[in-house]
Amino acid sequence: MIKKEMIAMLLAGGQGSRLGVLTSKVAKPAVAFGGKYRIIDFPLSNCINSGVDTVGVLTQYQPLRLNTHIGIGIPWDLDRNVGGVTVLPPYEKSENSEWYTGTANAIYQNIDYMDSFNPDYILILSGDHIYKMDYEVMLDFHKQNNSECTIAVMPVPMEEAKRFGIMITDENKKITDFEEKPANPRSNLASMGIYIFNWKTLKEALIAKADQPNLDFGKHVIPYCHAKGAPMYAYEFNGYWKDVGTLNSYWEANMELIDIVPEFNLYEEYWKIYTKAEALPPQYVSSEGVIERSIIGEGTEIYGQVYNSVIGCGITIGKGTVVRDSIIMNNTEIGDGCELNKAIVAENVVIGNRVKLGVGEEAENDTAPHIYNHGIVTVGEKSVIPDDVQVGKNSVVFGVTTAQDYEDGALGSGKTLIKAGDEQ
Amino acid sequence: MRAIGIILAGGNSHRMKELSKKRAIGAMPIAGSYRSIDFALSNMSNSHIQKVGVLTQYNARSLNEHLSSSKWWDFGRKQGGLFVFTPTITADNGFWFRGTADAIYQNISFLKNSHEPYVVITSSDCIYKMDYNKVLEYHIEKKADITVVCKDIPEGENVERYGTIKMNEESRIEEFEEKPIVAKSNTISCGIYVIRRRLLIELIERCAMEDRYDFVKDILIRYKNQKRIFGYKIKDYWKNIASVEDYFNTNMDFLKPEIRNYFFRQYPDIHSKVDDLPPAKYNVGAKVSNSLISSGCIVNGTVEDSVIFKKSFIGNNCYIKNSIILNDVYIGDNCHIENCIVESRDTIRANSFHKGEDGIKVVIEKNERYVI
Repeated sequence: MIKKEMIAMLLAGGQGSRLGVLTSKVAKPAVAFGGKYRIIDFPLSNCINSGVDTVGVLTQYQPLRLNTHIGIGIPWDLDRNVGGVTVLPPYEKSENSEWYTGTANAIYQNIDYMDSFNPDYILILSGDHIYKMDYEVMLDFHKQNNSECTIAVMPVPMEEAKRFGIMITDENKKITDFEEKPANPRSNLASMGIYIFNWKTLKEALIAKADQPNLDFGKHVIPYCHAKGAPMYAYEFNGYWKDVGTLNSYWEANMELIDIVPEFNLYEEYWKIYTKAEALPPQYVSSEGVIERSIIGEGTEIYGQVYNSVIGCGITIGKGTVVRDSIIMNNTEIGDGCELNKAIVAENVVIGNRVKLGVGEEAENDTAPHIYNHGIVTVGEKSVIPDDVQVGKNSVVFGVTTAQDYEDGALGSGKTLIKAGDEQ
Repeated sequence: MRAIGIILAGGNSHRMKELSKKRAIGAMPIAGSYRSIDFALSNMSNSHIQKVGVLTQYNARSLNEHLSSSKWWDFGRKQGGLFVFTPTITADNGFWFRGTADAIYQNISFLKNSHEPYVVITSSDCIYKMDYNKVLEYHIEKKADITVVCKDIPEGENVERYGTIKMNEESRIEEFEEKPIVAKSNTISCGIYVIRRRLLIELIERCAMEDRYDFVKDILIRYKNQKRIFGYKIKDYWKNIASVEDYFNTNMDFLKPEIRNYFFRQYPDIHSKVDDLPPAKYNVGAKVSNSLISSGCIVNGTVEDSVIFKKSFIGNNCYIKNSIILNDVYIGDNCHIENCIVESRDTIRANSFHKGEDGIKVVIEKNERYVI
């Protein structure tokens, strides 16, 4: 008989639209992070390090990169005879076929998958946070308290509490009430979007609320369980946890990795983060190369200067090029004599010679100022930028661009240049 | 592919000096991220050879660890796979492998139980990229009994470590000398052979009956007039690493862009065991020039013209020049290391000075490492 005490369900179907062009072709969990990783590596590595060897990954938006990355789970030791990692896309049914319309709806549509493992507990995770957490300790807490639903929370500054789902607890950490983005928060314990449910409780709730449109954990399932009087507890987590939902928080989380002893340390022996290695060779630094306060991935060749940056794998940075405060993802090529300031350059981009990114006065983005801000220049994947052009701050370039797209050889600050249509 | 592979990884070389104390030559770290046997294994895998036997004997622990899983080279298959053979005592045999032919003889069932018509034999201490299918095609076209891959090396270079070959105009080998004192030719054998499986079994069994144990001496040289032995000349990069100087120079070759491009950026790739190390980190004060840095390294000092292997730590104000730092080395602050090979897992105390004066110095320092 097949039996797993706890299995994980990882929600990886969202677009993450606040990452702008970075997620226009890939799901957010597949976005590169920290030189050689992708965001989903963190929850997947946490799972295997916590002894959770059965993970269902729910995909929907642009899953190709994610599917290729996960494969059969070899990098995380999740290739198992029983269990392991399974990618769960939405599928057609004899009636009521639908996309995943909400976080809990996605789980609801996969009741059969979960049932096949006879689990006692279900761990719900999302694929867009950077943290190291032992889910086994959380499960112990769940069991000790005879909880039916345990929500991981972390204390946040009171003034920021209104951006989160807030849990109000008694002295035993039992949840008495909760509020979604309250104007006047009564507690500073923010939900991290990590839940452990008793399978019986969850299954009952999912079936009872099945007809709710856009069935969501925070909005529907948790309130339903609470109303039914199920004992619910808050598990307080005090380690590093970062939501990388916006370009600025994504940029900040990357930059935190380059501190001398970073708060989130990838160099510890304990609790390794695993990823599918895309390149093996060492990196080469030429005699003109200068690198300071940066991390650099495998197979990258540096002929220019790199300061305060996170550089991925298989990248070439040309002679005389100066890269500052930037994030450059795998297999991008940057020509000679360029200047990059606070740029996020996605994968497989080609940047010509003498290109300047992130120069000039700051100006608000003209199309989506809530996405492109903090002076960051964003270049989408597989973009091409021709020789001798300048791009200002808070601007976006996406697609194969030519010199004609840049008026007087420049794209001003706050401008958006997205070439529609699929590239070849 | 219609061949199985055999990788001879049993030997030791006193020319490797202290470096071979720790490991078989096949497990020597190469080019920052690889082990030398990766090249032979990747060539096999990339040539679609599905079944490979590795014969090990000398100090095989490090090598066995590296080969603990066959999936990195794509040998984790139901058909074929990676087989590691170490000497065992059986009812009929209580000897170590007494030579290359004996090593094959003691595992002859591996050959007998296969059904592929050909065998590709190679050694684990050579750095090269090769499609064995090309050699096999040539072998069939020449109607050869044995094909030996060979290479011309520049006139005047020392060949006394190699077997030298003289071929006639149709490439048939007329003379084969093992480790000659005075070389008659500058064509050397690369230690890569193609032979029909049944013929190999026959020759190996005959060898064993006559108490002969060496593949080169007792098969290639002994049968060179009787069997059709042909040479297949290559022009591509091929280096043997079985001496400290050659090992050092081969690693330094990877600082040349054309060599890196050939091995790392052109199809097919060389595969190796994946270590799950974070990207290399450069702190304030790091000055790196013309060097290879591998993943998991943390650099605080100056590195020039060197190859730094995985997971090494280089302290503040260090000066590393023209050196090879092997895996997981910790170098304390203010060290000077020049013309050296630093053995893996070493801990070099702060303020140390090491310099190879005439030639390469091998540094082995087993100090205690304080984990912060």
